[in-house]
Parts: sequence; structure tokens; C-alpha cells
Amino acid sequence: MKKLHTYQDLKKLVGSHYMQAKTAQFFNQKIAWVSSGAPVELLRPFDVITVYPENHSSICGAAKQGPEFCEAAEAEGYSRDLCSYFRCDRGSTLLQTSPIGGLPDPDFLYGCSNICGTILKWYEICSRHFDVPFLFVDTPFVHSEVHEHSVEYVVEQLEGFIPVLESLTGREFDDEKFEKTLYLSKDCVELWKEVLLFGAHKPSPLTCFDAFTQLAAIVSLRGTEEAITHYNAVKEELQERVEKGMGAVDDEQIRLLWDNIPIWYAMRKLSEIFEEHNACLVADTYTNAWASADIDTGNPMESLARNYLEIYLNISMDLMLERIVDLIHTFDVDGMVMHSNRSCKPYSLGQYDLARRIKEETGIPVLIIEADMVDSRSYAEAQIKTRIEAFLESLGG
Amino acid sequence: MWCGIDIGASTAKAVILDGDILSKIIIPSGFDTKKTAGDVFNKVLQVANITEDDIEYTVATGYGRIMVPMASKTVTEITCHARGASFLDSMVRTVIDIGGQDSKGIALENGKVQDFVMNDKCAAGTGRFLEVMANALEVELEELGALSLESQEKVSISSTCTVFAESEVISYKNQGKKKEDIIAGVHEAIASRIYAMVNQIPVRDKIMITGGVALNKGVVQALEMKIGKSVVVPEDPQIVGALGAALRARENNM
Repeated sequence: MKKLHTYQDLKKLVGSHYMQAKTAQFFNQKIAWVSSGAPVELLRPFDVITVYPENHSSICGAAKQGPEFCEAAEAEGYSRDLCSYFRCDRGSTLLQTSPIGGLPDPDFLYGCSNICGTILKWYEICSRHFDVPFLFVDTPFVHSEVHEHSVEYVVEQLEGFIPVLESLTGREFDDEKFEKTLYLSKDCVELWKEVLLFGAHKPSPLTCFDAFTQLAAIVSLRGTEEAITHYNAVKEELQERVEKGMGAVDDEQIRLLWDNIPIWYAMRKLSEIFEEHNACLVADTYTNAWASADIDTGNPMESLARNYLEIYLNISMDLMLERIVDLIHTFDVDGMVMHSNRSCKPYSLGQYDLARRIKEETGIPVLIIEADMVDSRSYAEAQIKTRIEAFLESLGG
Repeated sequence: MWCGIDIGASTAKAVILDGDILSKIIIPSGFDTKKTAGDVFNKVLQVANITEDDIEYTVATGYGRIMVPMASKTVTEITCHARGASFLDSMVRTVIDIGGQDSKGIALENGKVQDFVMNDKCAAGTGRFLEVMANALEVELEELGALSLESQEKVSISSTCTVFAESEVISYKNQGKKKEDIIAGVHEAIASRIYAMVNQIPVRDKIMITGGVALNKGVVQALEMKIGKSVVVPEDPQIVGALGAALRARENNM
């Protein structure tokens, strides 16, 4: 796989972000630990430094330290069936280390139920451990459409946090700053969407493995200028590749869609298997989950609530199917690979039914592989390789 | 001439193809995969009475496929079993392969893989399950099939896990149950597991069973009962993967 040059820029960006987090106290800035689906825009006007334990766990996973940290959490009594992002984070806190030297201690926690129920318990544990407050946003599940009462419910919670955040940070809420953040966030999401849409080109100038690494900025730095500058650079690089007719994979023959969180410790090996068979994973449901934002700046709080209610893991299987079918058509793929992720129940539950319905509705074949995003003890390399190769052979690769 | 080599978890197989099968061989898989590959290759050449120079192209398959130095290409056992089965019988639309380490179901359409399913991280439903039970019952693996057909009152094994199923077998033994009845229960248990797995793909006639476990008549019969359809077992079910590899070698070379 041809690595993007802008990968180096991303490494610097993420590195400096964590550096800033570690020196926050010298600049009188507060640190919040934030869940990936939380409406982070609300924190930006208060100059809060936001770090994402989920992102940190994925870094541990990519560094192949997942089992070490998970085992530390298990030794404390947490079940191996729990989310490995949680176990990894817990283990890193207990062992006081990680590939980036551990996360800086939080001043408060900010989590949202829209990605899973684990967040609530995970952050409660952190809240007890660090003796810091926990701000929790409850987002009702969306079965068919977003109900007005759900929006009102979320808006009320968000507005209720403003005085709390003012007292936690010692800064006053600034409407203008908030609105500016929303604009930046919207621009950033739109740019991210444009980056991902490059995968629709034939050959595709990027693979989902690129998207997985590039995702760090949209998750952690959404609503900041730096993220926008970065994605503009990525876009330029991809545009250059398209103009040169350069694909991320040589002689692209098979185009695929990926589902679920990446298998962080096996990214290189997996990308090699696909590449050997001239197969390109041109898109994925995971990074596309950050590619929609409909911000109405006249009604900022309400549109924020609406957006965070509708995120991918907070919607029903029928709505998920709609989005998947849309991706299948937009990116014109020949098949789909689903990672049945032992850790992530909201993402993995229903995959077998989804696979069947995708086959019925679009006619494309679906492969399901069983693994875990961070805990490599749930990964059987030879079996996964055989499954993927057999699938690609059946697609003519 | 073309050669297919299938290095499985328990046995290594090789087939040489001319117009038809010229020679075939099965040997136990050793610890050193490269040596096993060399041995099975040399033996199959010997049986055919030809030399390495007569072989135009070799394809390797099976779990040891990347450790076969004489192969020009590797292809997965799923594709190879499908290819081999439809060569033996063009009417086959479902292949159930039960090997030493895994079992799989393959749905075919015009001889091509349409869908497939494999067991995951579990020995239940594989040849290993039978090996463990044969050991617990102190009978040879090869004897299981014939013994089970003599059962009058088969026992029921409820555990899904091989290790727990073995404990169940031991407790039946201690209750004084007959060997034949316990073995019949073991066969039904493995058949149930395989059936539950292959049922995820469309199971359509004709159904062919391949792999070493297909030699066990008791398992085949139990599977037929579960599926509710009769199945075919080729003359030499273990070499179907190697045959498919040899066919792929020929196609690649033409």
C-alpha cells in the first residue's frame, strides 16, 4: 500500500495535540476525557483540552500492547467479555503507561450514550478513580426517525451543562465562540466527507486503512482550525493521485466495503492480503460515521442534538441498512467485509441479519470475520487469512 | 502434467493430473511443513513414475500452503475443494468438507464458489473432536464408523465444547453405557454442529462430503439424518482439495 505523505503531518498533529494536553495545566486549561460520540463542540468555547480514551486505546492496539493492558484490567476483576477499549484504558491507567506515556489525568469527564452503554459505566469508574465530575449526555435510540421530544431532551441536557462548565473551567460561555466552533466543525465534517468520497474514483486513491489513520483528527480535533488545514492537505494529495490515475492498490480489480472498527494491531497484515489480490477496501461504515453534519447555525443547540442523536450506532438496523446500501452504490463495490468485533456489541449485533439483507437487496457477497479491535487474543491469523483469500478468489482475485 | 499439494492439519495430500488423475498420495503432516511438502511431492512423483521436470505447474493449498517451495501459486482450500468436487461430479452444489482442524460448507454455482462458511476458533465439528473421543473410548479412529452402526440405544451429548463433551463421554463410560451407543452419540453431536454451521448457506442437492471425516460412515449417516437428504462421498474424499489444486494448476498453465 502506498502511504499518503500527509500521514506524517497527521502524526505530528496528533503528537502535538497530546503534547498540548500534557502541558495544559501550565496554561490554565482544563482537560476533559471525551467519548467519541459526545457533542464536543459544547466544550470548545471553554478552551477545554479534549482527549479521547477510545483513540488512546486504538493507539495502544496499533502498538500491539492491547493484551498487556487488557490483562491488567482483567486482573482487577473486569471480564474479558467487556469492551477492549475500556479494558485497555483501564489497564493503562492502572499501569500508568502507554505508547504515549499514558493520558493526562482528567479534570472532568464528558460522555454520551449514543455509541454504547459501556461509556456510562466506563466513565463512572474513571470518575471514582480520579475523583472528578462526569457529565453524561443521554441520547435516546432512534428506531425510525428522530422524535422532537428526544431533541428537546438532549437540548435541555446540553444547556444544563453550560453553568456546570462555566464553574468547572472558570470561563464564561461565549455564544459567538460556540457558533464559530459549529461552523468549523461543519466545515471539518464536510471536508472529511470529501476526503472519503475520493474512494469513489476508479482506481481509488485511498483505502479504508488510510481513512482509519486519518480519522484521528476528525475524532479528536473536530471544531478546530488545525483539523481543517490538515484535511485540506489530504484532499490535495488525493486530488494529485486522481489526476495521475494512481490507485492506492496497484491494478485495482476488486472494490470492497469494510464494516466495523478496524483491527488495529493487524492493519498492515490485512492490507497486504487485500493488496496481493488487487483488492481495495475503498470505503467503510466506520469512518463514514463522522461524515455527516447538518448544522443550522440559527438553531445551534438543536442541530447539535439532532446530529448526535443520529449517529451510526444510535440508529436501528433498518436505518443502518439504508446507509450501507447507499455506500455500496456510491462507492460501487463488488463485495463487503464485516468485522464481527467481539468488543463492540452495538456495532456487531445484527451483522448476520444485515449481511443476509445486503445480499438480498444489492446482490453483493458479504464476508464476516471474527476478531477484536484491540485484544489480539481474539484474532486467529491463519483462519482469517484463509477466509479473506477464499472470498477474494470467489470474486475473481 | 500438473500437481496439486494440500497440506492439512493432520495429513498432506498430493495429486498429479494428466488428462485424468495420474497418481495420488496421502501422508501424515509432520512438524516440519517444508519437509512434509517435499516428501508428499516426491512420493506422488514416484507413484506416477515421473520426475519433477515433467510437472509444468504446481499449486499448493491447505493451512500449510505458504510453506510449499515447489508451488508457483497458492489457492485456498475452499476454492480447491469446490473445484475438485465439481470435477468429480458436475452436479454438486454443496460441499461439506470436514478436516482435522476445521470444517466448512461451500455453496457452488456452475462449479464456482458462491458462498462459504467455516467453523471458528472451536474444535467441535472437526476431525479433532473425533480423535479426542476415540482416545477417550480407547478405539482406533478408523473403527468409529463401523462401531457406531451397531448402536441400539445411542446416548445424547449436549455439550458444544470438545473438552466438556469428552467429560460427558467419560461419565457415560462410568455409567456402563455401551461403546457403540456412546460413539453413535458422538457422531450425532458432530453432525449437529456441522449442520448448524452449513445451514447458514443454501444447502442444495447434490451434496458432497469431503475430507478425512467423510470416511466415517457413522458421521455421514448422522449428517444425512440431520440434513434430511442423501449425500455423496467420493471414492477418495481426502484428496479432493489436492485434486482441485491440480486442476487450478492446469487452468493457470493453459
